[in-house]
Amino acid sequence: MEPTRYPADGGTVPATEQRSELVLHLNGRAHTLTVDHRTTVLDLLREQVGLTGAKKGCDHGQCGACTVLVDGRRANSCLLLAVAQDGRRITTVEGLADGERLHPLQEAFLERDAFQCGYCTPGQLCSAAGVLAEAADGFPSHATPATADPAAPVALTAEEIRERMSGNLCRCGAYPRIIEAVADAAAHHGGTARPGGAAEHQEATP
Amino acid sequence: MSPDPFPLGPPAYPLGAPLVRREGREKVTGTARYAAEHTPLDCAYAWPVAATVARGRVTAVDATGALALPGVCAVLTHENAPRLAATGDPALALLQDDRVPHRGWYVALAVADSLEAARAAAAAVHVSYAAEDADVLLTAGHPGLYAPETVNGGYPGTRERGDFDTAFAAAPVTLDATYTVPPLHNHPMEPHAATAHWTGGRLTVHDSSQGSSKVCEDLAALFSLDPGDITVVSEHVGGGFGSKGTPRPHVVLAAMATRHTGRPVKLSLPRREMPAAVGHRAPTVQRVRLGAGGDGVLTALAHEIATHTSTVNEFVEQAAVPARMMYTSPNSRTAHRVVPLDVPTPSWMRAPGEAPGMFALESAVDELAVLLDIDPVELRMRNEPDTEPDSDRAFSSRHLIGCLREGAERFGWRPRDPRPGVRREGDLLLGTGVAAATYPVYVAPSSAEARATADGGFRIRVNATDIGTGARTVLAQIAAAALTVPEDRVRVDIGSSDLPPAMLAGGSMGTASWGWAVHKACMALRARLRDHDGPLPAEGLTAAADTRQEAAEGSPYARHAFGATFAEVQADTVSGEVRVRRMLGVYAAGRILNSRTARSQFIGGMTMGLGMALMEGSRLDPAFGDFAERDLAAYHVPACADVPRIEAHWIDEEDPHLNPMGSKGIGEIGIVGTAAAVANALWHATGIRVRDLPLTVDKILPRLRAAREGAG
Repeated sequence: MEPTRYPADGGTVPATEQRSELVLHLNGRAHTLTVDHRTTVLDLLREQVGLTGAKKGCDHGQCGACTVLVDGRRANSCLLLAVAQDGRRITTVEGLADGERLHPLQEAFLERDAFQCGYCTPGQLCSAAGVLAEAADGFPSHATPATADPAAPVALTAEEIRERMSGNLCRCGAYPRIIEAVADAAAHHGGTARPGGAAEHQEATP
Repeated sequence: MSPDPFPLGPPAYPLGAPLVRREGREKVTGTARYAAEHTPLDCAYAWPVAATVARGRVTAVDATGALALPGVCAVLTHENAPRLAATGDPALALLQDDRVPHRGWYVALAVADSLEAARAAAAAVHVSYAAEDADVLLTAGHPGLYAPETVNGGYPGTRERGDFDTAFAAAPVTLDATYTVPPLHNHPMEPHAATAHWTGGRLTVHDSSQGSSKVCEDLAALFSLDPGDITVVSEHVGGGFGSKGTPRPHVVLAAMATRHTGRPVKLSLPRREMPAAVGHRAPTVQRVRLGAGGDGVLTALAHEIATHTSTVNEFVEQAAVPARMMYTSPNSRTAHRVVPLDVPTPSWMRAPGEAPGMFALESAVDELAVLLDIDPVELRMRNEPDTEPDSDRAFSSRHLIGCLREGAERFGWRPRDPRPGVRREGDLLLGTGVAAATYPVYVAPSSAEARATADGGFRIRVNATDIGTGARTVLAQIAAAALTVPEDRVRVDIGSSDLPPAMLAGGSMGTASWGWAVHKACMALRARLRDHDGPLPAEGLTAAADTRQEAAEGSPYARHAFGATFAEVQADTVSGEVRVRRMLGVYAAGRILNSRTARSQFIGGMTMGLGMALMEGSRLDPAFGDFAERDLAAYHVPACADVPRIEAHWIDEEDPHLNPMGSKGIGEIGIVGTAAAVANALWHATGIRVRDLPLTVDKILPRLRAAREGAG
């Protein structure tokens, strides 16, 4: 795939002491970008690449609305300087669906009415995708029994989901429905979840 | 050929059906665009500069350093910003003079090519001040307190009925307690943001607002423009909870910046500046006095409020108003006093008046139940009034008792040992609590248009705003029911000031106000279609309606929604931490128009009430004059793990005195009473009565220790 240069993304601006060129793989597509060293991944996505799915709620890593997957693991994109992410694969909410086919988490959020205003939703979805992967990989949480087998996947009980999803604030108070939706998606996919979204499976060569 | 617009039989999608949100797919795929997610070509970015003194004057603004930074195009100050005409909201008179009425007031605005450059420029603007002594602390005895004529909502500041003092002195059982609620912050997940573009004499704004008709009107007044030359779009709004009810500084600053620079300008408020810029729930000190006979029937009720406002504008949180209609009270005094302090201007936050007022009243009723040794559900039933006490009007419908009964049943309230501090589970003490809820029924004039299109579809146009309530969906349901057509044949356009003007999303009156206009337009369209012969013309047939007359007529009835909230809490005797284990609410709010989205609203309100009970609150710093808890790291709102099982139920309530849909508002009542239910449950768990929200460890642990030592 040809790398894409966006006219507004600084791609035509040469690298200087204040700007550097890097390659990011955004939702399975390689982008060569010249970025201001002060630019966060969140601002890069929203202001320069046109991916406004990731939301800015606090800009300080306090609310989780900006959650994306970086190399398959969730992260607050407002806390990541873009210049330090050269070569990373980043999945945003726009990359979760497989074309017109929604990710099971997206289906479950719709069916359970797991949102109201929708502003925290992209972060909740990316975070939940990260949770599915972490649980499948056996990552324990505060809610995981100390006796759990560290090599085995963690069963996503309501307690586990509540704990693992607590980095994503929702002021509309959709939490009970979010827990149900994540549980639905976890049950639906079992061990075969595609937690990172469709984009994770696409070719990502620059 | 167009299909028959009036198929026989009942409507395919009756009111109440649990339809999925129409904009849901856009929201879960990230394609729903919010106000700051429009980036016109050549868009500049603005970043505000907030005052760093609590009161005083700006003596100089040195923007030299800021303007020398790469990519910076302007710094607006009171010396060079566009002049604004006065409006009804003096908090919007931004950059017009050198006065600093409170810390966090905006004194400059940096505009640059990028977000990063704008932020750096704002930091480089050097503002000098002549600081003055500031007073930011509300006390119950503050010498500046006065009795306002009216309070928020237009209610009288003071009401007296009967002879409270004599009745209270004569009452066999009395309670006299003072409750406090700290400043609370709306903190919608989407910060207040606007993208404004002034071009060719027209101003186009994407604004994060609860009502773009009002924003359009106010921008027209401020900038002396014809409202027809302004379009304000609020297509998707990331919550508001009152704080986006009317225009806030961000949209005025963005419009000033685009006028000044000639470029489109985007401005999103930094989270930590929101408490000072967009309004807050004012703190209240509430004295409640109840007098009752041995049977628990109230003979005297006084609810007296002290609260603050700013020196910019008078806003009085109407916390004593619900006590005027809640319970039997032949001798009643409900009064507000307010003091203007050097603080940010308070405003609406979900259920202004009812949320803090019912914390105090419903805590007091619980305390009275303990004094009388009467079950708190039963005590409330004994004080059910026949008519609205304050006005003597009949209630259009009042099913508080039904909510209490059904709630008690579903929650498993009984059997209940009333003694506190006797249910242990290891280090935990457990208890249950109940509180009543209420919220008034409002309606405001709105206009709408309904069109039958030549292809057999229908199109509704109304400037409603969806701040997360599901307005598009429920308006489609209302239209489909009125037109007796399936809902999927109805398209609904909302969220732009170019549409027929309508009430903002607030006061739990959006659906009633918009829906009434939509219903009326649809009925007019049906009449037109009935009279129409032959195929529809290419442009279709249109009917418009407004509800000015209906809204002005008012009602001879007292109209309120009611509810009952039940909570079970645990208090950790080692750490002092209080957690809610489960909550259950039952509401009587007329006809529920969409059971799926309604349940989400009720639960959302209860969740915000849980936050009010357990963790939310900020303090004004007497030394620096600002809120100490400004961002989401310091001002805690409930997180997923804080929220246990929450259930919301409702009673089927038929009320013919409301509107064509038979609906009352549901957006706010969920928060009302919830904090009291939790505080009452804490008393039942521990015997500790906390009258000062939130119920944090510092207030509980010392008393748990003292109780333990006293017992030992």
